[in-house]
Amino acid sequence: MPIPGPELRARIEPNATAPELIRNFCIIAHIDHGKSTLADRMLQLTGVVEQRAMRAQYLDRMDIERERGITIKSQAVRMPWQLGDTPFALNMIDTPGHVDFTYEVSRSLAACEGAVLLVDAAQGIEAQTLANLYLAMENDLEIIPVLNKIDLPAAQPEKYAEEIGKLVGVDPDDVLRVSGKTGEGVDALLDRIVETIPAPQGQADAAARAMIFDSVYDIYRGVVTYVRVVDGNLNPRERIAMMSTGATHELLEIGVISPEPIPTKGIGVGEVGYLITGVKDVRQSKVGDTVTTQVKPASEPLGGYEDPKPMVFSGLYPIDGSDYPALRDALDKLKLNDAALNYEPETSVALGFGFRVGFLGLLHLEIVRERLEREFNLDLISTAPNVIYEVDLEDRTTVTVTNPSEFPGGKIREVREPVVRATILTPSEFVGTVMGLCTDRRGTLLGMDYLSEDRVELRYTLPLAEIVFDFFDQLKSRTRGYASLDYETTGDQVADLVKVDILLQGDKVDAFSAIVHKDKAYDYGVQMTAKLKELIPRQQFEVPIQAAVGARVIARETIRAMRKDVLAKCYGGDISRKRKLLEKQKEGKKRMKTIGSVEVPKDAFIAALSSDAGGGKKEK
Amino acid sequence: MARLPEGVPVPDDGALPFRAAAPFDGGAGRRFGVYVHVPFCSVRCGYCDFNTYTATELGGGASQVAYASTALSEVALAARVLADAGLGDRPVSTVFFGGGTPTMLPASDLVRILGGIRDAWGLAEDVEVTTEANPDSVTPQSLAELRAGGFTRVSFGMQSAVPSVLATLDRTHDPRRIPDVVRWAREAGLDVSLDLIYGTPGETVEDWRTSVEAALAAGVDHVSAYALVVEPGTKMGAQVRRGLLPAPDDDDEAAKYELADELLTAAGLDWYEVSNWSRPGHECRHNLAYWRGDDWWGIGPGAHSYVAAPDHPAAEPVDTTPAGVRWWNVKHPRRYAALLDESRTPAAARELLTPDDDQLERVMLRIRLREGLPLDALTASARTAVGTLVGQGLLDGRAALGADGAGRRALLTLRGRLLADAVVRALTD
Repeated sequence: MPIPGPELRARIEPNATAPELIRNFCIIAHIDHGKSTLADRMLQLTGVVEQRAMRAQYLDRMDIERERGITIKSQAVRMPWQLGDTPFALNMIDTPGHVDFTYEVSRSLAACEGAVLLVDAAQGIEAQTLANLYLAMENDLEIIPVLNKIDLPAAQPEKYAEEIGKLVGVDPDDVLRVSGKTGEGVDALLDRIVETIPAPQGQADAAARAMIFDSVYDIYRGVVTYVRVVDGNLNPRERIAMMSTGATHELLEIGVISPEPIPTKGIGVGEVGYLITGVKDVRQSKVGDTVTTQVKPASEPLGGYEDPKPMVFSGLYPIDGSDYPALRDALDKLKLNDAALNYEPETSVALGFGFRVGFLGLLHLEIVRERLEREFNLDLISTAPNVIYEVDLEDRTTVTVTNPSEFPGGKIREVREPVVRATILTPSEFVGTVMGLCTDRRGTLLGMDYLSEDRVELRYTLPLAEIVFDFFDQLKSRTRGYASLDYETTGDQVADLVKVDILLQGDKVDAFSAIVHKDKAYDYGVQMTAKLKELIPRQQFEVPIQAAVGARVIARETIRAMRKDVLAKCYGGDISRKRKLLEKQKEGKKRMKTIGSVEVPKDAFIAALSSDAGGGKKEK
Repeated sequence: MARLPEGVPVPDDGALPFRAAAPFDGGAGRRFGVYVHVPFCSVRCGYCDFNTYTATELGGGASQVAYASTALSEVALAARVLADAGLGDRPVSTVFFGGGTPTMLPASDLVRILGGIRDAWGLAEDVEVTTEANPDSVTPQSLAELRAGGFTRVSFGMQSAVPSVLATLDRTHDPRRIPDVVRWAREAGLDVSLDLIYGTPGETVEDWRTSVEAALAAGVDHVSAYALVVEPGTKMGAQVRRGLLPAPDDDDEAAKYELADELLTAAGLDWYEVSNWSRPGHECRHNLAYWRGDDWWGIGPGAHSYVAAPDHPAAEPVDTTPAGVRWWNVKHPRRYAALLDESRTPAAARELLTPDDDQLERVMLRIRLREGLPLDALTASARTAVGTLVGQGLLDGRAALGADGAGRRALLTLRGRLLADAVVRALTD
C-alpha cells in the first residue's frame, strides 16, 4: 500500500513538512458528477478514514448538503501518500460547485496549485464546471482531467475524453479514468497528483501570510477558519491579525483536518489548516482575507479579497405573524455561519412584518430558506426574487431599489439593471431553442464555440433579472435537461423598465409588484392575474384582480363570488365526519393571509411567487 | 362506500362512559329517538355511498329474512345499556327506518321491529314513525299494513321526475308512478315526503323545475331537496374522475336551490332546515332531533348513535367527563349479526365528545334550522362575528336583534343557507 509507514510519516508531520512534500489540490466538478464519492474513496485509500467508519460522503456535513449532494462549505483534508520512497502530504480542498459561490470558489482555487477536473463519463462537462475550469486556468493551476463513473453502462469515456482533452489541451489518452464508486483508478489519480501538481512555493522565513479560504461557525467552538499558509508560519503562541480590519485575536487552537481536527504546534509555509480564535461571527473572519501575526505583521496582504455582494433580493415573511421574532433570531444565527447573508427589517401591507434579504444568487436563497424552515421550524413566504436597480430621478438624485414595491413613481430619467456574462453549454440540436430563449430574455450573443461535434458553448450578455426569473427552469425544460448554465456579473445597463402592480379588489398587493421590461409588462400582467385567478379560492364576494402600470390597468381577471358552501345532508351518520371536516377547514384557515378582505392561501403566494411557469394546482 | 370515522374502542357490553347519578328526569329537555338502518337494496345506485347491499352481495347469516330478528337483538342490547346508565326511562319520541331500502323488507318485518322498540321503551303518545321507501317497492296493501302497524309517515325517494336524470342516477322507478304512490300513502293515512336530488350531471334548470313542480303536483306536505354529492368510491365518483361525467357545478346547484326554495315557498312549503321544506306541522321531527342535539340510538350495521352526558355528573368521578358519546356499528351485516349473536355490542368504535366538540356540533347543526341558533348558545367571541355576518347578508338582521320576538338568534338568510358552512366557521373561530 502506498501509505507511508511511521518512519516516513515523521517527514510529513504538520508544521514540519518541507514544502516540496506538499501538494495542495481541489476537485472541480458539477453537482452530481461524483466529487464527494471520489473524495470518500481517497480518504479510504490513504487510510485517513477506516472502511467501517466510512459514512457516505464524509465531507459534506450539513443535512441539506447530504440530501442535495452538493457541497456548500468547503473543508480541507490532509492525507498521507507515498510515491516511490518519498512520503507526501496531500491537502484536498473541497470547493463549492455552484455559480452563486463563484467568489468562494475563486478563493479555494487560490489556495491550491492544482485541480482535478472531474467529469461524469456519461454526461460530459457542464457549464458551471467549465466556468470553474476557466477560473482555475486563470489562476495557473495544474489541471488533471479525470473521467468519473466509468463503471456506468451509459459511460462514453472516449467521447468525453476527447472533449475535455480539447478543453484542457491534453491528449485524450492522458485523461484519467476512475470510478469513485468502485475505487478503480483512484490510486493512479493520487500518484498523478503527486507527479504533476507543483509543490507550493513561499518564503518560510518571511512575515506570516495565510489566506482564509473558508470560515465556518461551530456551535461548540465558535468560528473555525480555514487557511492556506503562503509565507511564514502560524503558531499558537502568537496573536494573529486580520489584515482587512486590523483586528487581532488570540489563537486558541491551530491544527489540520485528517479528517477530524487534530491540534498541532502550528502550520508552516505551503500548509493548509484551521484556526480557532473564539470569535463568534464569521464576519470577523472573512473569506479572502489575509491572516498575519501581531508581532511581525506582513506589510502587504495577499490579493483577491472582496466583500461578499448580494445580487438577488427577496422578502422573507413568517406565515404566522407572531413568528417574526423567531425569524429574526434565526437569521441572526444563520448570519454567524454565512458571511454573505444580509437582511433588513421590512413591512409589507400584504404579508406583515418580515425581512428583505440579500443573497449571492438563487441557490443561496433556496438554501437559506430551507434552513430557516427546517432548522428553525419556521413557515415562510418568500417574495419573487429580484435584483438591485439604480434609478436616476429628474431631480438628479439616485435611488437604489432592492424591493420592487419601492420603485419610485415620479419622474424617472433612467433605470439601470445589473447584467451578467452567461455561458451556456448545450447539445447542438438545441442551439436554436436556446438562442430563442436568450433573445426573448433580452440577451446579446457574445460568441459561440463547438466543444465537440454535438456540444456547443454559447456566450451571452443577459440582464440578471431575466436569469433570476425562471431562466434556468426554462433552459432546462426546453433542452430536456441537457443544457447547463453559468454566469458572472459584469456591470449594469440602462433599460426601459416599469413597475407592474397587482391589485386584489382594488388593494395593491405589494408582494406581487414586479419590475419588468416595458415590452413585457403586458405579458407579466396577463400571466400573473390569470395565475392568481387559478390560485385564489372563490370568496363570498366577487374579487377583481388587476395588473397596472402606474394608474393604467393593463390586465384584469375576476374571481366570481362563491355561491354555495354547504353540505346538503347532515343527518346522524354525517355528524362526526362533518365536524372533523370543519375542524380541518378551520386549521386550513390559519394558513391564509387576509389581504383587504380577501383570504389568500399561503400556498397561493408560494405558487404565484415561484418561478415555475406552470402555476399552481387549482383548489377544488 | 363512506368510511367510518376513527374512534376509540367500545367495551364489549356497549356500556356508556357515564351514568345518571340521580334518577334521570325522563328527558324532559332531551328526547330520545331510534333510527333503524335497513341495509338492503334491489340495485345499488351509482351515486350512493350508503351502507347497503343487494341480495347477491350478501350470503349466510345476514339475509333479509333474518334481519328483523338481528335488529331486535340490538334493540334489546340498547335497552340494557341505557337502563344501566340510568337513562332507560324515556318513551321513544320518533322512529325512522332508513337505508338502503327499508321497504325491501316485508311490512310485517318493519312492524315487528317497531314492536320491539315499543316493548323496550314504550312509544310517546304523539310518536312519529317514518320509513323511507322506493316508489317501486310499495303497494296500497303494504302501505296500509305499515299504517296499521303504527307507522305515521313515509318518505319516497323520488329524486327526479325526468327519465334521463333518473337513468344517470341508476334509479329504476317510473316517475309516472309518483302521484299514485303518494295518493296510496295518503289514503292509508300516512304523512308523505318526497326526496329530490338536484345537480345530477346533465340535468338542466328546466329539468329541475319539472321535478319540483311534479313533487308539488303530487300533493305532499314535505319535500327534501339535496344537492348531489359525488362521493369517492362510488360508481359515479369513478365516472367523474375519469371524465365520463361532468362534476356537479356549485353555481348550477346554487341556482337550483334558489329555484326550489322559490317554488316550494310559493306552494306553502316553508324551509325549516337547509335541505327541508314542509307545510307547518309536517316537519320531520326525527330529523329535527339530530339538529337539536337530542339523544338517538341507531340500530343496524353502520348506524351511528349519540347520547349526551346526563346533566348530573358521573356517579364515579373521572378526570374529564365527556359532553357526549357517539358510536357507530360495524358496517358489514354479517359481522354485525355475528357480534350480536355473541351478545357483544356491534359498535365498531366511538368518540367521546369534548365540550369543544360538542359546542362545534351544536353550532354546526342548529344553524341549519329555521328556528335558528340562540345567540346565548355561542361563545362570547363568536357572538362578535354575528354583526359582520349580518352585514354580509348571511344572517337575518331582525332575528339577530330579536326584533321578530323569537329571541336573539342566528338565522340564516337564503344566501346564508347556501353558504352555511362558511357561517359555521365564522361562528366557531
